[in-house]
Amino acid sequence: MSSLRFTEQALSDWMRCGGSHSEIVISSRMRIARNLEHLPFPLLASAEQAEEALEQLAPVFQGEATESFGTFELLRLDELTELDKKVLVEKHLISPNLANDSRGGAVILNEDESVSIMINEEDHLRIQCLFPGLQVKEAWNRATAIDDIFEASVNYAFDDRRGYLTSCPTNVGTGLRASVMLHLPALVMTHQINRILSAVNQVGLTVRGIYGEGSEAVGNIFQISNQITLGQTENEIIENLHSVVTQIIEHERNARERLLTDSALRITDRIKRSYGIMAYAAVMELKESAQRLSDLRLGVDLGILEGPSISVLNELNVKTQPGFLQKLFGDELSATERDMYRAKLLRETLGSQH
Amino acid sequence: MLCQECGVKPATLHFTKIVSGEKTEFHICESCAREKGELIPGTAGGFSIHSLLSGLLDLEGAGKEKSAATKNVQGLHCENCGMTYSQFSKLGRFGCSSCYKYFDSTLDPLFRRVHGSTAHVGKLPKRAGAQIMCKRQIDELKHELQESIMHEEFETAAELRDRIRKLEKEMAQE
Repeated sequence: MSSLRFTEQALSDWMRCGGSHSEIVISSRMRIARNLEHLPFPLLASAEQAEEALEQLAPVFQGEATESFGTFELLRLDELTELDKKVLVEKHLISPNLANDSRGGAVILNEDESVSIMINEEDHLRIQCLFPGLQVKEAWNRATAIDDIFEASVNYAFDDRRGYLTSCPTNVGTGLRASVMLHLPALVMTHQINRILSAVNQVGLTVRGIYGEGSEAVGNIFQISNQITLGQTENEIIENLHSVVTQIIEHERNARERLLTDSALRITDRIKRSYGIMAYAAVMELKESAQRLSDLRLGVDLGILEGPSISVLNELNVKTQPGFLQKLFGDELSATERDMYRAKLLRETLGSQH
Repeated sequence: MLCQECGVKPATLHFTKIVSGEKTEFHICESCAREKGELIPGTAGGFSIHSLLSGLLDLEGAGKEKSAATKNVQGLHCENCGMTYSQFSKLGRFGCSSCYKYFDSTLDPLFRRVHGSTAHVGKLPKRAGAQIMCKRQIDELKHELQESIMHEEFETAAELRDRIRKLEKEMAQE
């Protein structure tokens, strides 16, 4: 396996099949934060100490115990170009934090890119598992199995009372951040989204944009995750997330049906316009393409459009990101050129060749 | 408590700002905060999750006159990595796992605010966790023992006492 594939293919293999509720749920993700005993957290670690953490952790996932999870490859962040780092962030394989300011940072990826293990991020070890559609339990089962493999060969910083110790007090205890990425265009169009999101906040969950903490919700994609990591078991956290997400899916479905019955003409016009614009436009900003891809996704689900497939739409969501465009069309693109090439890419994928 | 901005939705974000000893508190809902932009973690306003946390930590000393206890807290430092309490409250992050031990006296209120809880009940590491698992079991049995004594179920109590003794013996041997 060559490491090139991680940055040259837009769509991770795990994204190719949809998973359950894929018309609304894009992906389910588990992230477990762990630290090594006796070494300072990456925030304060010297270059040698960061290297030591890497030396302790990296060999674990090249042994035999990990074969059932596929082949793994380790990428050191200091050996990647800025552009490759950007692409890995856009594919959600590493965090912006690991890409931008980690010392001795590295990531271990498996073939289908459903497992990403970050070393020397905010914590020594961050195990991330991504599954398509609504599969929080499946994702947790894999993440906890990987955690067990690490725990068999390294000593974790663990405290009887506080649980797994993490650099940030918001992760202590289980170290678990369980999240689900949802596409909620009908709730946005019918202005119900704010009501639902504030309700979500009251049950210990939080809403973020698609690129994590502080990022904007573009293209009607929202990431819902647990806020609390201490005082709840992993099962409670996952059950809670699952049941809230199931309710949101139900609301989104009802809202979509209402759109079809109450304003079929308006919604059909909006979706077909978006298709038309993407098939012919010469310049396209990221925000606009995210919004219009969201319209297409909705159109396909409502049966207003016959194609493209969800998998093509997922791929376009990644390919239209700035880093990936540069990967496809050249390193030194200005913002205007990026908008031009983004439009070209959309035109070529969605039909018209003019 | 309702949001100060719109007065309609419940306030879910609570901030305390201290500028040269002057304390201002504000309570707003997520959507108003989002509209304002500046208050949401990570946006251009630079209100990151860590600075939000450090706000929480600062609350300890928010009174106009700092008590002796507060001064003691400010003097705390981690003997392993050297992080001081005031650095911790600025960064909102621990420097190493020993910080949890050295700052322990200040952590319960913080964890209660962030998580609504102070103790871990989830997964245990298999190797290091065997002892802890045993201890948790003993605590649970002791609790049951108390209850059975209260209900005058002495046979059950005797049984529980034997199980506790056996577990304690096992623990001592390990």
